[in-house]
Amino acid sequence: MDQKKIKLSIKNISHGYIVNDDVFQAASNISLDVYDNEFLVILGPGHCGKTVLLNIISGLEEAEVGQKEIDGQPFKGSDKRIGMVFQELALMPWKTVMANTEFGPQMAGMSKQQRRKIAQKYIDLVGLHGFEKSYPNKLSGGMKQRVGIARAYTNEPEILLMDEPFGQLDAQTRYAMEEEIQRIWQQEKRTIIFVTNNIEEAIYLGDRIVLLSKCPAQIKEIYDVNLPRPRDSVSPEFLGLRKQISDNTDLPL
Amino acid sequence: MNGKVKESGLGLDVEEFKRKKQKNAYMMTMLSVVGILSFLLLWQISVSMEWVNQKFLASPMQVLNLFLVKLTDASPDGNTLGMNVLASLQVSLTGFTLAVCIGVPLGLLMGWYRGFDSLIRPIFEVVRPIPPVSWIPLIIVWLGIGLQAKAFIVFFSAFVPCVINSYTGIRQTVPVLINVAKTCGASNFTIFWKIGIPSSMTMVFTGIKVALGNAWSTLVAAEMLAASAGLGYMILMGRQFARPDIIILGITVIGAIGMLFSSLLNIAESKVLGWKKV
Ligand SMILES: Nc1ncnc2c1ncn2[C@@H]1O[C@H](COP(=O)(O)OP(=O)(O)OP(=O)(O)O)[C@@H](O)[C@H]1O
Ligand SMILES: [Mg+2]
Repeated sequence: MDQKKIKLSIKNISHGYIVNDDVFQAASNISLDVYDNEFLVILGPGHCGKTVLLNIISGLEEAEVGQKEIDGQPFKGSDKRIGMVFQELALMPWKTVMANTEFGPQMAGMSKQQRRKIAQKYIDLVGLHGFEKSYPNKLSGGMKQRVGIARAYTNEPEILLMDEPFGQLDAQTRYAMEEEIQRIWQQEKRTIIFVTNNIEEAIYLGDRIVLLSKCPAQIKEIYDVNLPRPRDSVSPEFLGLRKQISDNTDLPL
Repeated sequence: MNGKVKESGLGLDVEEFKRKKQKNAYMMTMLSVVGILSFLLLWQISVSMEWVNQKFLASPMQVLNLFLVKLTDASPDGNTLGMNVLASLQVSLTGFTLAVCIGVPLGLLMGWYRGFDSLIRPIFEVVRPIPPVSWIPLIIVWLGIGLQAKAFIVFFSAFVPCVINSYTGIRQTVPVLINVAKTCGASNFTIFWKIGIPSSMTMVFTGIKVALGNAWSTLVAAEMLAASAGLGYMILMGRQFARPDIIILGITVIGAIGMLFSSLLNIAESKVLGWKKV
């Protein structure tokens, strides 16, 4: 871990929208390096521009200003090396768990047999073995989010963006899913950029935490979390870091 | 199984539970049958007892009798019942099928592609509020009173709901699903095909059902104005010959066929939208 390889880098990203004939700034001059196989958490108050930033990285939106690089190579728009787990539950209700999961490779034109194999691997990995033929409306919120995660992994991206994936889950399920995502990441190393507005979740999961300011999003500070995993959320170090970050956090608008 | 009472997780006897549910369903069916029978009985009595003038209303028995006679007898309107039904079906199915085959794709394309919407919408908006029946005089001038003319009128009545509902349906596609497909590298057309169309299906079916109802009612209106066969024509003749039994027979057959069609559509819908229930 001494010489860390930079996987993704964004440079001077700024973005805004025209709202009521006026420019509304959502992200302001964000520059960030993400290391290979790192679990990076982006922490920010509600409505600060976290989703906007992820959409820019994934290419769903084009930033007004700024560049993006993967492995030192500039790229524009979307890229199949980047996958995304969405903030809302984003399953196609008319497709089974299997069909939802294999959607990416299917779009890429992979043969049925091959994509089934990959999808099965990740369905098993997220713990949904036996639910392949179920439709989403028969699944609980946590299970649906697992399908979303399996689908993102099935594209086999090098970088995975997760936009508050557990934001809509109840506290109990949320803790369970935090442990799950950590296990999955340790089993299948990828570069993960995980967005949240929850400080505990950030410290529990992140190798580093990027703290954003309120809107327009700017990087306030980057914290290294050097606690051994799995982390103990009542240890003095954990609580100390938590206080440090929370004192530095802007109130949401 | 092996002689023991099967138990569900709720601590209920499964067989007992099933029997209860079945009994309930049976009761509901019986109630419906009783409803229909008492209606018919009341009707029959009020005609037999001459509470209403026989000139205005025929009894169920008379209608049933006429039904059997009309199966082979062409008088007084010149066609047997079968010929009338066939003529009506031919017209309505031609118009309805055309409307679905053109209207649904048109609505979907308009809903998805902005440019296409801007191109077609002004024309559509002008045509939309015109009552289908008001085309009849013009159509008669153009096409006479044959199959084409009536199919054309039916087409218009069924076309509009197909377009509007498909349009609305595909417009309601959840944006995040579109984003999912985008991050999977799908092209706009693929997203239209794989995300937009399945998302619109509920509304498309609503549109098709409304279209079917419209098609059937417009058909009767069209046949009353311009036809030499068909159920609408038969009803009209019933009026001219002052035969309420013929009118009621016509109405009943129209109702029964309409009901048959909607249950066929419901079956098709539950096939396509099976995921909603599973
Ligand atoms: N397409 C758009 N047009 C106008 N304003 C937008 C658009 N997208 C986002 N915004 C605005 O940008 C700001 C940041 O939005 P964003 O969705 O990124 O917040 P967020 O940090 O993800 O919030 P949350 O925690 O609620 O998910 C918000 O004030 C939002 O209203
Ligand atoms: Mg967000």
